[in-house]
Amino acid sequence: MTGGAIISGPPQGMARLDLEPHFAYLLRLGDDNLVLAQRLGEWISRGPDLEEDIALANLALDHLGVARNLLTHAGEVEGRGRDEDALAMRRTEREFLNLILCEQPNGDFAHTMARQFFVDAWQVPVWEALSSSNDPTLAGIAQKALKEAKYHLRHSSTWVVRLGDGTEESHNRMQAAVDRLWRYTGEMFVGDHVEEAMVEAGIGVDPASLRPAWERTVAEVFAEAGLDRPDDEYVRIGGRVGFHGEHLGHLLAEMQWMERTYPELQW
Amino acid sequence: MVITLEDVVRVVASVEDPELPLVTIEELGILRRVDVDDTGGIIVTVTPTYSGCPATEVIRDSILAALRNAGYHRAEVRTVFSPPWTTDDITPEGRRKLEAHGIAPPRRLLALDHPVLCPRCRSGSTSLVSEFGSTACKALRVCDSCGEPFDHFKEL
Repeated sequence: MTGGAIISGPPQGMARLDLEPHFAYLLRLGDDNLVLAQRLGEWISRGPDLEEDIALANLALDHLGVARNLLTHAGEVEGRGRDEDALAMRRTEREFLNLILCEQPNGDFAHTMARQFFVDAWQVPVWEALSSSNDPTLAGIAQKALKEAKYHLRHSSTWVVRLGDGTEESHNRMQAAVDRLWRYTGEMFVGDHVEEAMVEAGIGVDPASLRPAWERTVAEVFAEAGLDRPDDEYVRIGGRVGFHGEHLGHLLAEMQWMERTYPELQW
Repeated sequence: MVITLEDVVRVVASVEDPELPLVTIEELGILRRVDVDDTGGIIVTVTPTYSGCPATEVIRDSILAALRNAGYHRAEVRTVFSPPWTTDDITPEGRRKLEAHGIAPPRRLLALDHPVLCPRCRSGSTSLVSEFGSTACKALRVCDSCGEPFDHFKEL
């Protein structure tokens, strides 16, 4: 966190979810991927061109796969018989623990790529660190996800540069996207008692330790793209404890509609 | 019925991938182990290609169906993630089949400076159209010599 950061989070006195740290940690990681996959899926049939439409669907599928693996494992760790579907489809908005960045609306293509780039640049060091987790299932999921995150980052970086260093219009849109999303990036580097317990157990990674690698990637790509690093010092947090923006509830309403309307439906 | 591991392995290894014509799960390198426990139950261990590969569940069902058809009813399929699958795990026979069906096989991870050959005319002059193709594991390329677009099983 930079010195002058203004951190805005959940209101004092908001009921805290009292979750076992290992379970909560896996939910946090899983929900990031689930919510981001749902957002990316919204692009299907609306991509700027056919190749990119397929690319966005592929990215969504990778994130969904990681989410499924993490939520399945979270359910096992919780030990109350909840599987991936129960966790994805039957939790309320306040029980989702994803980063607020991941739930941000797609906006234009520049917004989607800026969001993706910020997440990719963070997930690469996350999966690198978790590849040697003391939780062998998490380590396996991370080793697999790392390979995917690396080419996700290659893809999103390419677009950030192409738009940032493109026409005046594309540059302005990419800079606007970066400026708007910047305040949600700080949450990636803030931990609480959950991360502390996971670092202590050798299962998780200290979020603050991920910042240098992320800053390096952002600085390199922004330099090539001709983009300015925002000096916005406002940092919005709360997603990790279920305190979200207005957008997540709408996303979940669509994602969970079928299960909520026809519980246990199979086809 | 006497269950021999060899028979079981033969049945399991011949299960084909639903999205890659005629390539078996053994040739794809995703079949990790086959075990028979003390009570005659069969445990098949597989690993996914990509985290979100939708073929994973079809493959699990195909393995169980193949075993059932061969008379083995007590079987389960387990998934492991570590060590992660890589395209280097695809066997030479698997690579040959991919190429015969118009899919350029992945290069070895230590040979990524080699050109991707067009599966139709074998030209080494090909270009990437999109890193994301018809399935999670494929990129879309086009041959600069014969002009044909083709799938490339991308290296992972």
